[in-house]
Amino acid sequence: MTTDVKEPSPPVKPEPERQKLGEVVVRFAGDSGDGMQLTGGQFTATSAILGNDLATLPDFPAEIRAPAGTLPGVSAFQVRIADYDIHTPGDAPDVLIAMNPAALKQSLGDLKPNGIVIVNTDEFNANNLKKAGYETNPLEDGTVDGYRLFSAAISTMTRRTLEDSPLDFKSRDRCKNFFALGMIYWMFSRPLDMSIDWLEKKFSRRPEVAQANVKALRAGFNFCDITDQFQVRYEVEPARLTPGTYRNVMGNSAMAIGLVAASRRSGLPLFLGSYPITPASDILHELARYKNFGVTTFQAEDEIAAVCAAIGASFGGALAVTTTSGPGVALKSEAIGLAVMTELPLIIINVQRGGPSTGLPTKTEQSDLLQAMFGRNGESPIPVLAAQSPPDCFDIALEATRIATRYMVPVMVLSDGYIANGSEPWLLPNVEELPDLRLDFHTQAEGFAPYSRDPETLARPWAVPGTPGLEHRLGGLEKQDGSGNVSYDPHNHERMTELRAEKVERIARTIPDLEIDGAPTGDLLILGWGSTYGAIAAAVNTGREAGLNVSRAHLRYLNPFPKNLGEVLAGFKRVLIPEMNCGQLALLIRARYLVDAISFTKVQGKPFFRREILDKAREILEAEADVN
Amino acid sequence: MSTELPVLTKKDFQSDQEVRWCPGCGDYAVLSAVQTVLPKLDLPKEKFVVVSGIGCSSRFPYYMDTYGFHTIHGRAPAIATGIKTARPDLEVWIATGDGDAMSIGGNHLIHTLRRNVGVKILMFNNRIYGLTKGQYSPTSELGKRTKSTPAGSVDYPFNPLALALGAGATFVARSVDIFQPHLRAMLQRAADHKGSAFIEIYQNCNIFNDKAFAYMTEKDSRAEQTVYLEQGQPLVFGKEKDKGIRLVEGRLERIELGREFGPEDCLVWDEAFEDPSMAFRLAYMLPPEFPTPIGVLRAVDMPAYDARSVGQIEAAIDKDGQGELQQLIHSGELWTVKEDGSISRGDG
Repeated sequence: MTTDVKEPSPPVKPEPERQKLGEVVVRFAGDSGDGMQLTGGQFTATSAILGNDLATLPDFPAEIRAPAGTLPGVSAFQVRIADYDIHTPGDAPDVLIAMNPAALKQSLGDLKPNGIVIVNTDEFNANNLKKAGYETNPLEDGTVDGYRLFSAAISTMTRRTLEDSPLDFKSRDRCKNFFALGMIYWMFSRPLDMSIDWLEKKFSRRPEVAQANVKALRAGFNFCDITDQFQVRYEVEPARLTPGTYRNVMGNSAMAIGLVAASRRSGLPLFLGSYPITPASDILHELARYKNFGVTTFQAEDEIAAVCAAIGASFGGALAVTTTSGPGVALKSEAIGLAVMTELPLIIINVQRGGPSTGLPTKTEQSDLLQAMFGRNGESPIPVLAAQSPPDCFDIALEATRIATRYMVPVMVLSDGYIANGSEPWLLPNVEELPDLRLDFHTQAEGFAPYSRDPETLARPWAVPGTPGLEHRLGGLEKQDGSGNVSYDPHNHERMTELRAEKVERIARTIPDLEIDGAPTGDLLILGWGSTYGAIAAAVNTGREAGLNVSRAHLRYLNPFPKNLGEVLAGFKRVLIPEMNCGQLALLIRARYLVDAISFTKVQGKPFFRREILDKAREILEAEADVN
Repeated sequence: MSTELPVLTKKDFQSDQEVRWCPGCGDYAVLSAVQTVLPKLDLPKEKFVVVSGIGCSSRFPYYMDTYGFHTIHGRAPAIATGIKTARPDLEVWIATGDGDAMSIGGNHLIHTLRRNVGVKILMFNNRIYGLTKGQYSPTSELGKRTKSTPAGSVDYPFNPLALALGAGATFVARSVDIFQPHLRAMLQRAADHKGSAFIEIYQNCNIFNDKAFAYMTEKDSRAEQTVYLEQGQPLVFGKEKDKGIRLVEGRLERIELGREFGPEDCLVWDEAFEDPSMAFRLAYMLPPEFPTPIGVLRAVDMPAYDARSVGQIEAAIDKDGQGELQQLIHSGELWTVKEDGSISRGDG
């Protein structure tokens, strides 16, 4: 120690080190009342506007408000930002913000070694530790050794910041998530203005709420600026994205907008029959707001009524849609069979979730593929499409409309909880470049036969009530080919069964060939469908950089398959099919193409990690090399 | 060009399909009454859609030369709701039975009535399952012996009128297959009603439940066993108009007219009374104590679901203008990546 007796100068924090990162994965975790989804959303929005590529993964409990401070009550939001084209929200977080002990307990194991943990120390009291199942304080007992811990009394500092606020005590406390957000903004060199704009807009009628949150946000930012704890600021440069205008979009939202677009491009009024179900309800909520687009939303008494009302609306000439999840599809199956029999256009959107029965409502899975294919009585094939990313939900809605209306057939669209609630930047299309889906109802009374067929598509005419001279009866009983009268003739039944199947098969004529990413032949093809797209693409990109001979292809059309699928499969020694189920696509591929595909499955209610798929690919290629 | 509608006749509503109900079935009478009433409504034939579920009565659409939809078991009200909500310009009629409407389709029935969707529901009540060959139905009387209840049924039946009233139906009536002029009048009333109309039609199944309603349909007992509900008229019945129903101390009571009581002591019927509780009591006038009420139990004007739904869409367009798709897609926080890789907030 020096003995210099000088006027003490105020401590000046040295300019923090600036470090560039190619990408970073941040997880916000807290109690479900802590506003973590919103905080993560704000970080995402700001990063998007800074030009980062990104992907998000919300993870929230099924309970609306599980007891505060408990493990089931933890709500988390993971976002990955990068300076290059990414496909997934990341395998493991680099940074964890834990607003309470339960959040720490739930997420710490996922964090990368030496990752950053920011904790709100105010919440680490005896009561909360007990609720989280900690016997001793994890901040002191070595639990967080091996990570870089940053402790901050976020609640206390937020309260102090808002001492003069007109808000009541409880409302002031609710601003602590913006304090935390301010800290993260400092750490990742993000400007505050976009969140400030958002707050001012959102709370334009309650400026005191906006002000308090802005104050907390700034205080969190300034805290990091002052405290010695934080010595490094990170920067993630913009990604080189395709030129164009973007917005960040969640899958359910893209689906809703896609349906409105399909309505406009087809000239058919949109009718949604739906019954609330996780994780599909947001499509209903969003479409209910678009009344000035002529959208009718009917919240039915149950899943069956929802699909039946849609079938009725389709008979009446609307673009008819029903949105649901797997349990809802189970209830709707009989009615979907009716739409098969009456050959009416209908779009069934299944936002898949985990497990049989109620299962894991808020978790993701791809286990309804076989239900979509075969889950009806009798021979009742329907086209099945699967969206592969949040923005792809927009395109798939238009494509489902094309198929449903051109072929007069119910179409099943598979999404899942992962892409429904996850978000990615969406390169916005221009309306005039969207497919032209216009069509004419049948009006010619002379020679009208309800079950006559278009020679190319095999579609029957869509003749809507109100058209003079076309009065006809539809129904679930077998139809006489042509006339549509009830028929029990055995040969007619066989012919109609074949026609319904043939009609679905012919759709393959108008869908694009399956594209291969990578060499068209080789040792290993990874074949995926639906939301595994991102993880597979990331694994293949990483694998190729490491010198692996691996290609990939992704199916958006599950029924019918693209015409060239057999040929694609034949070009590879091994085919690996990763799925969030017990091997449903693999079963179909094996049955259809007699290919000894390797099924790689995960049913944990969580998406694949890039690493898992990469490791599996490597294992197969190594085994293959040993054999040779 | 003349805007006058062509004059339609019963024949215009008869399809070319051979009617395949059992000879002597009450369904024939209902079909005939509907085919007689619809041409008189001064509406183009192509505006009618007849929807049904599953069961004998649900074959109805095939015999009507209108648009028709023979759907699946119990779901007719749900499908009809979709048709009417998407196309309020259409006249949507539902043919259903006691099994279809009260058992498997009970949920759709009550919710359609609750919403007041502008559809007409004709519920053929024969108190038995016909198409599946003779099991008891949810309106079969307690103790009913059938193939599936050889020792007699142990469940209490639904009272269809009470169920409809309880669901908030705005038009509730009862008629009988063979009471043709009355049935036609009820169909006409249903056609004129703007919201949901529910008519329970007592219908004889001469194969599996013959004479279920004979106690009140036979010529000699009819006048004694039924009371016709007429708006503003006292509840008087009997061949000699010598019996009535009065309300005393909150209860309905059957009275003999002549000495002690006159028609002025009887309950004066008001179908338009918004509170459905009196109609509910009438629905529970059961034999043998009471005559069976026939006619309109409730007829109140309330905006229909389909009209309200369309109204919201029109109001939204009035307020915000026709939605612009380009604007919808390009909404929210936007950013634009330029050719040189630079990024700006907003749309280009």
